Amino acid sequence: MRKVVRGFYAIAYAVKLSKPNVICAYPITPQTEIVENLAEMYANGELENCEYITAESEFGAASVVLGASATGARTFTATSSQGLLLMTEVLYNAAGMRLPIVLAIANRAVSAPLSIWNDHQDSISVRDAGIIQIYVENNQEAHDMIPFAFKVAENKNVLLPFMVCVDGFKLTHAYEAVDLLNQEDVDNFLPPYNPVVSLRIDKPVAMGCYAPPPTYMEFRVALEYAMERAKKVIEDESKEWYEITGRDWGAHIKAEYCEDAEVAVIAMGSIVGMIRDVVEEMRKEGMKVGLLKIRTYRPFPAEEIRKALTNVNKVIVIERSLSIGSEPPVTLDVKSALFGHSSQEIHSVVLGLGGRDVPRTQIIKIIKEVYEGKVKPGKRYEGLKEFEEVIP
Amino acid sequence: MKSIKTTWCPGCGNFGILRAFINVIEKLNKEGIEKGKIVVSSGIGCHGKISDYLDLPSFHVIHGRVLPFLTGLKLANPELKAVGFVGDGDQYNEGIEHLIHAAKRNVDLALFVHNNGVFGLTTGQMTATTPRGKKTRSTPKGNPEYPINPLLLALSSGATFIARGYAGDMKQLEELMYDAIKHIGFAIVDILQPCVSFNNTWEFYNKNVEKLEKEASDIKEAIDIILSEKIYTGIIYRIRKDTFEESLGILKY
Ligand SMILES: Cc1ncc(C[n+]2csc(CCOP(=O)(O)OP(=O)(O)O)c2C)c(N)n1
Ligand code: SF4
Ligand SMILES: [Mg+2]
Repeated sequence: MRKVVRGFYAIAYAVKLSKPNVICAYPITPQTEIVENLAEMYANGELENCEYITAESEFGAASVVLGASATGARTFTATSSQGLLLMTEVLYNAAGMRLPIVLAIANRAVSAPLSIWNDHQDSISVRDAGIIQIYVENNQEAHDMIPFAFKVAENKNVLLPFMVCVDGFKLTHAYEAVDLLNQEDVDNFLPPYNPVVSLRIDKPVAMGCYAPPPTYMEFRVALEYAMERAKKVIEDESKEWYEITGRDWGAHIKAEYCEDAEVAVIAMGSIVGMIRDVVEEMRKEGMKVGLLKIRTYRPFPAEEIRKALTNVNKVIVIERSLSIGSEPPVTLDVKSALFGHSSQEIHSVVLGLGGRDVPRTQIIKIIKEVYEGKVKPGKRYEGLKEFEEVIP
Repeated sequence: MKSIKTTWCPGCGNFGILRAFINVIEKLNKEGIEKGKIVVSSGIGCHGKISDYLDLPSFHVIHGRVLPFLTGLKLANPELKAVGFVGDGDQYNEGIEHLIHAAKRNVDLALFVHNNGVFGLTTGQMTATTPRGKKTRSTPKGNPEYPINPLLLALSSGATFIARGYAGDMKQLEELMYDAIKHIGFAIVDILQPCVSFNNTWEFYNKNVEKLEKEASDIKEAIDIILSEKIYTGIIYRIRKDTFEESLGILKY
């Protein structure tokens, strides 16, 4: 059923169709409306076999879904920015305990300075936790990725938390025509969660045990293996998703016009739409430019990126966050993917931090400058005002 | 005092709190306490904007962390007068653990809670002081939880100055704030603050608050006052105990 809805509703509705058992969150802009919509559905009796509560903090919210998940429940939470940072200790624990909690992140800048606007610093900051991260470009994809997330996370070869990253305000609050899934399709795609171990009466287990040096390391490396296996699971499920819905999101990346491109732009999230638009226009003008959308930032699709960029000479990585003291996060991963295989020029372009507007003209300028060889490779900031630091 | 444009909703109880505090500052200034000595920290929420509206040194911290921030401030510079402005969500939800520990330590500071029974800034979800059964944006079925009694919690945690104020009684509030700042030790004033947009309690409080005639002479009496059906405003209890600063030997009064 195609309907014009706002992003938060598209997400909440998909959560409902995924039949979670426990939903717990703490309000934070711009996530709040996702769980408020769920609260509404809960109040209307639309969520069967599901409890919904507001926690005392994000730390509490993450811990509540952790506890529920440990009993074998399907769980959902959502947050943004500071809230995600506050959840972090619990999320590392959830990943280590192999609990397939699904989270929606309404991406927002982190403090200080205080901001409620969009960039990717929040979710990027937990990239090492052992959580699958997918960045979506529109609300249809956000909607689709919710049942998808449960399916992948709960796969016995995976069993990891899954984070669906959705640009705050830009997507969460935007109106968009979305083909809302129906219950039958979701039920066919997503079977009930059948945990390997859980806290239940008939098969008691002790969870969260201490791991001394002779055992700790294997558990951590096992997380890495699970993430590697998740790659294949994501591929398979993406195919199935396409068969059911007819929507082909690609699996880990979506490369467009890259086969013969001189310059390819790598990006994640809602900005991909605008870049595609620019790339298609430039193609019409005869410029050999391409787009490489990264969907799964974790597991990072190094091989897929390498392949997609085989014929590309120059790469622009659009960065919506920083790894302060090093190169921006996506650039680091892209460089490491290409290292030893090829030697493209890499342009790392940081822009739109804290919700700073990225006009279309800026994207055109960035691509043209690289295309025409007017700029040297390396890191730079776009849309940055000239400013002087006052160093006393 | 300089004032800048406020962004609170017209009719918000925060205006009464701001005005009362500005008067207190002026009074303290006249007594010779210079402005630089009074440091304000505020939490995240509508209440937190108060530090933008005051011509005082301030630190707008992250959600829920005013008390540990001020504890650190006092450890490093005990001469400062520390004043915290927090919300019910900020202090009684996100930062609840800090209330217990700061009160237990008896850190010498004044904490003013803008208690509007709701998350104002995120537009109307339940907090720890939202009454049971109340419908809010996060509890459309009605709040299934019992509210906490913040003053009982503060008292049992070791706070040495316990008061309740009302944003609609600026004169009394001013006195309470003044006394809380003058108090040596951990002082909390829970301020009933109507939120016109999401929890408009003006009428209710105008009808139901009652001035306390006499503060409690011991902790048992204080508990009775706090647990009373009546909504008393005024200083409920105070006692002089060694402050954290005294116990650590970093400040003598
Ligand atoms: C860690 C974290 N979680 C959530 C938020 C979102 N948030 C901003 S204000 C607020 C609640 C404010 O409620 P309260 O403290 O009662 O202040 P009021 O707006 O009512 O004055 C919340 C949850 C945040 N900023 N940081
Ligand atoms: S939302 Fe409520 S608390 Fe916030 S400024 Fe408006 S009236 Fe005041
Ligand atoms: Mg409040």
